Amino acid sequence: MFKITEKRFLCENVVYMSIDAPFVAKKVEPGQFIILRIDEFGERIPLTVADFDKEQGTVSIIFQTVGNTTKKLSMLKVGDSIADFVGPLGKPTEFGAPKRAIVVGGGVGCAIAHPSAKALYNMGVKTDVIAGFRNKDIVILEKEFEAVCDNLYITTDDGSYKRKGLVTEVLRELLEKEPCDLVIAIGPIPMMKFVSALTKEYGVKTIVSLNPIMIDGTGMCGGCRVTVGGEVKFACVDGPDFDGHLVDFDNLMKRNGFYKNEENHKCRLGGNGNV
Amino acid sequence: MSDMSMKKTPIAELDPNIRNKNFQEVCLGYTEAEAMKEASRCLRCKNKPCVSGCPVGVKIPEFMKKVSEGDFAAAYEIISLDNSLPAICGRVCPQEHQCEGKCIRGIKGESVAIGRLERFVADWNMQNNKSQIIKPEPNGKKVAVIGAGPSGLAAAGDLAKMGYAVTVFEAFHTAGGVLQYGIPEFRLPKNIVNKEVENLEKLGVEILTDMVIGKVLTIDDIYEMGYEAVFIGTGAGLPQFMGIKGEDSVGVYSANEFLTRINLMKAYLEEYDTPVHKAKSIAVVGGGNVAMDAARCAKRLGAEHVYIVYRRSLDEMPARNEEIHHAVEEGIELLLLTNPTEVLSDERGYVKGLSCVKMQLGDPDESGRRRPTAVENSEFTLEVDSVIMALGTSPNPLIRSTTKGLETNKKGCFVVDENLMTTKQGVFAGGDAVTGAATVILAMGAGKKAAKSIDEYLKSK
Repeated sequence: MFKITEKRFLCENVVYMSIDAPFVAKKVEPGQFIILRIDEFGERIPLTVADFDKEQGTVSIIFQTVGNTTKKLSMLKVGDSIADFVGPLGKPTEFGAPKRAIVVGGGVGCAIAHPSAKALYNMGVKTDVIAGFRNKDIVILEKEFEAVCDNLYITTDDGSYKRKGLVTEVLRELLEKEPCDLVIAIGPIPMMKFVSALTKEYGVKTIVSLNPIMIDGTGMCGGCRVTVGGEVKFACVDGPDFDGHLVDFDNLMKRNGFYKNEENHKCRLGGNGNV
Repeated sequence: MSDMSMKKTPIAELDPNIRNKNFQEVCLGYTEAEAMKEASRCLRCKNKPCVSGCPVGVKIPEFMKKVSEGDFAAAYEIISLDNSLPAICGRVCPQEHQCEGKCIRGIKGESVAIGRLERFVADWNMQNNKSQIIKPEPNGKKVAVIGAGPSGLAAAGDLAKMGYAVTVFEAFHTAGGVLQYGIPEFRLPKNIVNKEVENLEKLGVEILTDMVIGKVLTIDDIYEMGYEAVFIGTGAGLPQFMGIKGEDSVGVYSANEFLTRINLMKAYLEEYDTPVHKAKSIAVVGGGNVAMDAARCAKRLGAEHVYIVYRRSLDEMPARNEEIHHAVEEGIELLLLTNPTEVLSDERGYVKGLSCVKMQLGDPDESGRRRPTAVENSEFTLEVDSVIMALGTSPNPLIRSTTKGLETNKKGCFVVDENLMTTKQGVFAGGDAVTGAATVILAMGAGKKAAKSIDEYLKSK
């Protein structure tokens, strides 16, 4: 059993939770994910790690309560335990040695964009962050981002907070202004798709983090297979990070919608934070 | 005097049209009287051909004698000398290619039902033997086992009996490996697997679940934790796909995914959250036991048509005879000499059909089986809304890619010496991780052999 050591709501339906998982905490690096199962009857769901504390032995996750499992999880309290917490799975993000990076987060995807920004900033890379949300009520991690980047640009679809518009508009302006050699985009599939299309125009290397349907997270089921550069890859072992210019986002979107239509199944899927 | 009836004593089974709607065990097992009658068909041959067909060398004529006398406890003692998981092997071994395939009674009639009797004895023991398992005296040495499947469990059991402190690291949340996620409840009830695991725990074996070795710990980390030898029994869990067009359509599963959702995650039970697509019409590609299991599960989930699409003929089918027989009884439709060429999908990307071509058999290939080739102009479309690929599996790279000095062959299987030691000192491996996908009994045999080798290695250290 894995104990919940910290829990708070970042906005109405986004939860930050820390779990006591010393073995996982010891090995985890930014970009990797865990699989959790609440109890005997639960599903196994993958969540990319939002933060970790190697000394305390805790791993933090941020999730949106959109489906059955995340809703149940959001109702647990500090001191409660969950049955399973497996990881760290997947490969850590390979940042390389960029001079200037732009990290783009969309909705709850910002939860995973944050550790990337933090890692880059701590490496001494000039890092800008663009964080997009649907509206003011769901803006998360503003302070946390401010602490780990040179410039933070927040957008909302409806203009209820900071700049009105899409992350891609800001991204285009930034790419026009100053050369950049790495973009990391994490968020809903359409956002990652449009960011990748834009950076391709500018020839800037782009890493996206995918979160497809999976069960085991070790390469065993093949449910998470995605087409990257015409080849079949398993997001759980070959990813979850991939070259955004090579990912077949349309196919990923179709496959992720599979269980939305299944009887009796309330599904949360749609990308890394479908806000 | 042996019973000279030509056929096996019939065994009770659930009616095909009732059982194909539930997940209860198909085969109900022998009664004591039936078991004694069947065991007396054994001729007690001096040269024991049946034993030579058993990968772990169970003393078959000896246990047959005890069963025919009604001394089931003694029969169990004899079996358990060589086989630590008889309730499982009696259910899932391909006996027709092993012990029963060598049985002299099989020349003119049907062989003795060795598998059914092994199962009977194991089940009898489970119900009637109340004796306590005694923890052996510890010898002060720690051994790690990676993977709680058939080979890992067998190795752990034997090592624990020798006094080693054994820890089994399992990636999933439940021990059992393929016995849990692969083989369905109606063929191998999970309470039997859980019972075997409990017995190991009573022997003192520690089982740590949720531990993906290669990720959370490396082999080197395990050594640093004080373990003096390691057994890798990680199986062959990586699914293969055909590489045909449309295979990324929504509704194409690997058999591993489909079966894991059903067997491990219990998607067929209302109270469990994991979903599985309930297809109306489904094609399962492949001809092994896994294909049969997937097809029979799909039928039980309510599919009207379940097709097995296999490119060779019935004679070459690798599945156990009993599985093919049960599948056909349950209404599974066999499309033999048929090979898929493309998965067709609708505008939403969902599977709507499977294009196939008819095949014919030519000269034998390197596997000794006749090579199938496509028949010209024989294309046709199978109307299905889901496709399952059951084409075999290969070993998982997680450990080999994170451990220096562990050699694997081009198929990704660990290279081992005659004692099952890998190219890394003190690290042993066995089962599907070494041989590629094979059977439960071979994996178990390897686990037992590795336990012996580990004991010798640590004693000589």
